[in-house]
Amino acid sequence: MLKIKNLQANIEDKEILKGINLEINPGEVHAIMGPNGSGKSTLSSVIAGKEEYTMTGGEILFEGEDLSELDPEERAHKGIFLSFQYPVEIPGVSVTNFMKASLNAHRKAQGLEDMPAKDMLKMIRDKSELLEIDRKFLSRSLNQGFSGGEKKRNEIFQMAMLNPKLAILDETDSGLDIDALKVVANGVNKLRSEDNAVLLITHYQRLLDYIVPDFVHVMVDGKIVKSGNKELAYELEERGYDWVKQEKSV
Amino acid sequence: MKLETCPLGRKLDTHKMELKDKLVSSFMAFEEAFDVDTDIHQLRSDAIKEFETLGFPSKKDEAWKYTSLNSVLKHDYSVFPNKEDAIDYKDIKKYLIHDIDSYKLIFIDGIYSSHLSQTTHDKIDVCLMSSALSKSKYKPIIENYFNKIVPKNSGLNALNTAFSKEGAFIHIHDNKSADMPIQIINFSTGNESALLVQPRNLIVVGENSQVQIIERHQSLTDHPVFTNSVTEVFAEKRAIVDYYKIQNDRDSASLIDNTFIEQKDESYCFMHTFSFGGKLTRNNLNFYQKGERSESTLKGITIIEGKQHVDHNTLVHHTSPNCESHQDYKGIFADNSVGVFNGRVLVDRDAQKINAFQSNNNILMDDKATINSKPQLEIFADDVKCSHGCTIGQLDEESLFYMRSRGIPLKEARALLMYAFANNVMESVKIPEIKKRITHQIALKLGVKLGFDL
Ligand SMILES: Nc1ncnc2c1ncn2[C@@H]1O[C@H](COP(=O)(O)OP(=O)(O)O)[C@@H](O)[C@H]1O
Ligand SMILES: [Mg+2]
Repeated sequence: MLKIKNLQANIEDKEILKGINLEINPGEVHAIMGPNGSGKSTLSSVIAGKEEYTMTGGEILFEGEDLSELDPEERAHKGIFLSFQYPVEIPGVSVTNFMKASLNAHRKAQGLEDMPAKDMLKMIRDKSELLEIDRKFLSRSLNQGFSGGEKKRNEIFQMAMLNPKLAILDETDSGLDIDALKVVANGVNKLRSEDNAVLLITHYQRLLDYIVPDFVHVMVDGKIVKSGNKELAYELEERGYDWVKQEKSV
Repeated sequence: MKLETCPLGRKLDTHKMELKDKLVSSFMAFEEAFDVDTDIHQLRSDAIKEFETLGFPSKKDEAWKYTSLNSVLKHDYSVFPNKEDAIDYKDIKKYLIHDIDSYKLIFIDGIYSSHLSQTTHDKIDVCLMSSALSKSKYKPIIENYFNKIVPKNSGLNALNTAFSKEGAFIHIHDNKSADMPIQIINFSTGNESALLVQPRNLIVVGENSQVQIIERHQSLTDHPVFTNSVTEVFAEKRAIVDYYKIQNDRDSASLIDNTFIEQKDESYCFMHTFSFGGKLTRNNLNFYQKGERSESTLKGITIIEGKQHVDHNTLVHHTSPNCESHQDYKGIFADNSVGVFNGRVLVDRDAQKINAFQSNNNILMDDKATINSKPQLEIFADDVKCSHGCTIGQLDEESLFYMRSRGIPLKEARALLMYAFANNVMESVKIPEIKKRITHQIALKLGVKLGFDL
């Protein structure tokens, strides 16, 4: 589904991604862990098409298609979803209206008419219940004045609405208490199927208790330095990242 | 040939002088039609003298520093249109808020159109300035209110007063309310190659009375039109005035709107100004609070492009204690368009316990668009809460990326952000049809379908 080969990316002439290789197949859950500043958010932004970053080498293929020439919205239409580490506040646009604009934009790209208002409302109701989101919430301005946890929950609500093929969750667990974490994990697990894949970016192993990864990768200084199964996450939790770094330099 | 060698500045000044001379000499012909033995005659004669002395404003005047009238004054405007033009309702329907019941005062090239209008004398007077100025039953009102709050130091105001003849006359008697909104619409047909129109409106809202007013100036062809209108509004004790100005004219039409509002105790006045088009638009909007516990709200949305120019020049003068004023102007400027916001708040020494808020936020869509924003707070009382803020920015890149990552294309994402930016001004619009119409206009202006019902 997603094939990243020797990906290198810069921001303002600063080299951040230094040759990433990653392959994600349908049905798989991958986790990327790594210290702050190692380039995890950069990788997710580059996959989603953020224009501030310049790809200086390598390629990103999604279902065999080169993504590098596509706009962020085109990548979204193809089924890539990024849950932001820091979701943006948009005053003046309600959660509901934003969701309608988003979903109808996806439908338009597929040559479909706008979703009938009744169906839209039902879907919004169902998915917000799944994420245990209060109805009052839906008429508030998007992310404005939301707590950290509310913002993350709202990201997963949007993911549930859009049903993407590849969901990239950038530190969706940070800022969540254990109950909220379970709700969010449940939302993600509901989405999982043979055709969908998830890329989890996290600092902590605890999320991986609820969304169990097939593969764990360790990212240090713009490179994936080690890959393994979910046992690797426990090892990292216990021993920190230093041993991986040392192993790498040996 | 000689003209060609003149420096540009002098050539334009010549145009200004020519127009001024023409207006002054037209005045005599204008006055011949009236009885010279009246008070109003004296007012007009004094006003033309004042205009002769003051002339048109120039960029040397502090209040006109960022708005030049040169390009407007270069045309050879007709002052008296030749004939009344018959227009069908179907041709102008779209310029009205037609899906509500309303009184209508419709003027075509400055001349009242009875067949398009709907007036009343039942409990309230919604009729014509020409009859108010000539009929004896209106004499007391005219004597009490006409030309009483129009600032004296302006050539444009004087010019309007000198030629004051037609416009809206609205009198809501004490303890009465207008049962439906009143639309005042001035059309210009382009029958003249260039036309100067000077509507003169007087609106008196008695104690405990209410009125809603919608005003628009609309040109129907691409011939140059220059409108210099003066409106006086008096809100007596506990009166409520809810006023909407819709400015979405062609690029050949320029408007100088001079509106002066006096408020007595516990009156509430709301002014919403939607400026979406026109060559040059200048809004001189002055509020004079002359009674305790009164409130003034001034809000505006400006969305312009090309070479359009919109200048909001506001004044709120607090003379009494325990009052409030709220100003909130939003502007979105594309291409080479120019915005000016000059918001003056004046609090007299005796006007204690005043809350005066002002904010002016702008988005520049292009490098070539400009906004000049200047708040002026002059506060002579000590127990006063005043705030003002002004921002000028571009659309936030991170917000755009966020929206695009959710599948919303760049153009729609920008539109949605701009819509959201302007949206809070719409919250205080009390006529749902206006809200719907303006929201639709905004979407049209921004060139998008927003993907949801607004
Ligand atoms: N917009 C930016 N401008 C400059 N440097 C940036 C920018 N975004 C990220 N970086 C740098 O790139 C590196 C990787 O950042 P990031 O991808 O956010 O790491 P992580 O998500 O793993 O914590 C860091 O050194 C960070 O300072
Ligand atoms: Mg990060």
